[in-house]
Amino acid sequence: MLKAKQYKSGVKPIWCPGCGHYSVLNAITKAFAALEQSPEQAVLVSGIGCSSRLPAYLNSYGFHGVHGRALPLATGLKVARPDLNVIALGGDGDGFSIGGNHFLHACRRNVDLVYVVMDNEVYGMTKGQASPTTPEHWQHSKLTPHGPEVRPFQPCALALAAGAGFIARGHSGDPNGLAQMLFAAVKHPGFAFVQVLSQCVTFCPEQVQWKEQVHAESVGTDNPAEAAHFLHSDDGFAKGIFYCNPRTPWPLPHDSQATDLREGFRL
Amino acid sequence: MRNLTIAMTGSGGTGVVALGEMLLRAAAGAGYYGILRKTFGPQIRGGESAAVVRLGPRPLASFCGEIDLLLVLDWSHFQRFADEIPLSASTLIIEDVAAGARPQQLASELLAREQGVQVLDFSGLAQAQGSAHSNIALLGYVAAWLGCDGEPLQSAIDHRLHKQGAEVVALAHSVARAGAELLQQAPINLQPPDAGAAAESPWLATGNQLAGLGALEAGIRFVAAYPITPASDALEWMAGRIESLGGRLVQAEDELAAVNMAIGAGFGGVPAMTATSGPGLALMSEAMGLAVASETPLLVLDVMRGGPSTGIPTKSEQSDFNLAVYGLHGDAPHVVVAALSLADCHYSVAWATQLASERQTLVLVLSDQFLGQSMQVLPPLPSLPFHAELSRASLPPPAGADYFRYLDTDSGISPMALPGQPGGEYTADGLEHSQSAVPSARAQDHEQQLAKRQRKLQSLAASTQWGEVSALPQARILILCWGSLFPVALEAQQRLQERGTPVTVVGVRLLAPLPLESLLRSMQDMAQVLLVEQNHQAQFAHYLQSQLTQAQRAGLPELTCYSRPGPRLFTPQEIMQQVEGLPRA
Repeated sequence: MLKAKQYKSGVKPIWCPGCGHYSVLNAITKAFAALEQSPEQAVLVSGIGCSSRLPAYLNSYGFHGVHGRALPLATGLKVARPDLNVIALGGDGDGFSIGGNHFLHACRRNVDLVYVVMDNEVYGMTKGQASPTTPEHWQHSKLTPHGPEVRPFQPCALALAAGAGFIARGHSGDPNGLAQMLFAAVKHPGFAFVQVLSQCVTFCPEQVQWKEQVHAESVGTDNPAEAAHFLHSDDGFAKGIFYCNPRTPWPLPHDSQATDLREGFRL
Repeated sequence: MRNLTIAMTGSGGTGVVALGEMLLRAAAGAGYYGILRKTFGPQIRGGESAAVVRLGPRPLASFCGEIDLLLVLDWSHFQRFADEIPLSASTLIIEDVAAGARPQQLASELLAREQGVQVLDFSGLAQAQGSAHSNIALLGYVAAWLGCDGEPLQSAIDHRLHKQGAEVVALAHSVARAGAELLQQAPINLQPPDAGAAAESPWLATGNQLAGLGALEAGIRFVAAYPITPASDALEWMAGRIESLGGRLVQAEDELAAVNMAIGAGFGGVPAMTATSGPGLALMSEAMGLAVASETPLLVLDVMRGGPSTGIPTKSEQSDFNLAVYGLHGDAPHVVVAALSLADCHYSVAWATQLASERQTLVLVLSDQFLGQSMQVLPPLPSLPFHAELSRASLPPPAGADYFRYLDTDSGISPMALPGQPGGEYTADGLEHSQSAVPSARAQDHEQQLAKRQRKLQSLAASTQWGEVSALPQARILILCWGSLFPVALEAQQRLQERGTPVTVVGVRLLAPLPLESLLRSMQDMAQVLLVEQNHQAQFAHYLQSQLTQAQRAGLPELTCYSRPGPRLFTPQEIMQQVEGLPRA
C-alpha cells in the first residue's frame, strides 16, 4: 500500500504559487491511496493547458496529448485496454471550447472513464483569455476588452443533457472532499464527470473568494428531472455529487464467433 | 488472349452496379478473370451511376481505353460521365426499350456508326414475370452470351439477393432465365472474350476489403474512424470481423476523435488504425504529429479522392501525396506507403501495420477510390509474414534499473513500456522531452530527440519492400510511377513490347523515406525516364527531384513527367502515347 505522496513523480510543477491545481494533484494522490491504486495500472490522459501538465507529476502512466483531445485519447485507451484505470483531465478551455464536441460524445458514449475538469474560467497558459465558462462581463483580457459578452455555459447541466451518469462538482480549497468525490467517480461504472472549481490567482485573483462562496449540497439524485431542476437553479458554487445513475458502460459485450477472415473472398 | 470491356449505365436505382457485381461473379464462376469499377455521381439515390467490367482469360488489374459493349438501362445523366466511358465507332450498344431519349450530342454520332444500336425489351421481360428489375433480365442475357448463365449465374444471384428471401431469389432466377433465352432470338454481334482455364478457387474482392484483411491479419485490433467516402467500406468490412478477433471498432464523433482514439489504443499496446480520405486526413494532421513526437504506433489508411476541399468524393485521384508526405507541422519524420494494386492493398497495409509497431511511429498508407472500390477476380492471396506483435520493441525495464522511455539508442528505437508494466511508468508527450520523458524546452534535448526520430526510419529506405520492378533486358526507357498507376503501366509495358518497344516499369511502394538508392539504380542504364502520376501538380515528381543532389541529377537520364488529375482513369494507351512521344536518345 502506498501513501498519497508516494504517487508523486518528483517532477516540479510549472504552476504559479497559489494555483488551485496543486490541491487537485493532492486530491488525486489521496484518492489513489484510498483506492490502493497500483501506479502501473493507472493512466492519466490530458490535453493542453496548465492543468493538463498534471500527468507528469504522478508516477503512474500518463499521456499528455494535443489541445482538446484528452477524451478521445482516453476513450481509445480504455476501449482497447479495459483493465486500466483511465482518468482524463484538463482545463475549461481544453474541455469545453476546443474539445467541446468530445465532451458531449463522451457523456453520451459512457465509456468507463473519469473526466476531471479543473475550471478556473480562464486560459492561463496563454496568459489570460476568456474561456467558455468566463463571466459575461469579465474585462481583464486584451483579446476581449469589453468582456466575452456571451453567457458562460454550465458544464454540469450540459453533461446531464448529454447523458453523463455521474456528475459532481468539487473545490480545490477542499482537497479531502474532492478526494472522496474522485474515489466515488472511479468506482462509478461508466463515464463520471467531475468539475473542480480550481482558482487561477494570477489572472483571476478574485477567485480566492470562492472559498467563501462554495456551499455543500446533498442533492445527490438518480432522477434526471430532479438533477436538471437543481442544476438550472444552481448558483455555480454548489459542491457535491449532483447526479448518479449508473448504466451499463460502453462498449457492450457481444457474442462473436471465430471468423475465417478469408472465407468471404472465395467464390 | 482477348479481353473485353463492358460498360453498364443507368441512373441510381436501376441497379447497374448490382448488375456489374453479379456479372463479374458469374463470369468468375465460369473461369474468367476480371475487374469491375464503379462510378457514381454525388447523389445517394437517383443520380448517375455506371459499372465497367473487363473480362479475360488472365488476371486483370487495370482498365484499357476501349469500351467494347455498352449496356444502357437509362440514358438520363449519361453525359455526366461520358468522358469516363469513351465510346468509339466500334462500341456495340444495347439499350433497354425504356432507356429514354439518347443524349442529343450522342444521338447523331450513333446514327453514323458502323455498329448500330440494338434496342431490346428487358423491362418488358421483367414485367411479364411481375418484376421491376430489368437489370436482372439484362444480366441473364449477357451471362448467356458469356456462357455463364447456368450454375455460376444462379450462385451470383443467390449471393447478392439471399438476404431478401427465397421469393425474391426465385423471381430473379426466372427473370434472368427469360433474359438468357432472349439471346437466341437476338444474338450479340460480338465475339465473347476468351475464358481462362478455370481459375483455381479464385477470390473476388475490393481493395478496401483487402486493406482491411491486411490490417486484421497483421494484428490490428483497434479501429476508430469517422464515415467518409470512399474509405467507409474498408471500415464496414472490418467492423463485421474485428470483434471475433477480440478487437473493437469505434465510430468516432469526428476525425479528430478517431485519430486520437487510435493513438490512445496504440499507447496501450494494441495495434490500432484509422481510415479516411482527403478532408479527414487534413483534420488528422495535428494528431499525426503527436504520434510522431510521442513515438506511438499509428496506422492511417487514406483512400484518396478528388480534391481539394470536398472535391470529387466518389472518384479517384492521387492528389493527397503532398499532404501525406509534407502535411505535418514541425520536423516530423514518418512513413508513407502506397498500395501498388488492388491485391497490394493487402500487402502494403500488412507491411505498414508491422512498420508502425516496429518503428513506433505514424505510417500512412495511400490507396485511392479506384483501388478501394474496384472489385477484382484474383488468385487467392498468400499469407504474409508481417505482424505487429512479432516486431514489437516493447521491453519491460530490468528490475531496479532506470527506465528511459525515449532513450537515445543507435537504432533510434527505444524500449516502449506498456501501461500495466511495473517500473515502466512514463508520460508520453507531444511536448518535446528528455530521454526520461520529462517535458523539456532545452536545445540539446530537442536536437537529440529530432535526430533519434529521424534515425529510426533511415534503414527503411533500403528495405526490399520499397517497390516493384518489372524489368525487360533491352529496355532503355523506364516508366516510373507510384500507387494505383502501377498495373496500368504494366499493361502499357506489355503492349509496347508487342510493338517492339521494351520498357521497364518501376512502381514505388515506399514514398517516405524515399528509397533513393534503389531508384537511382533502376534509372542508371536508361536513356529516358517517364514519370506518370494522377494529379495536377506533379506532386511526386517535384518531391523526387527535390531529393536529388546536383551531381546525381547530372548523372541521370532525361526525366519527363506526365501528370494529370482525375477523375478520368489512366489508360495503358495514354501512357504508351507518352512513351512514344519521348524525344529519342
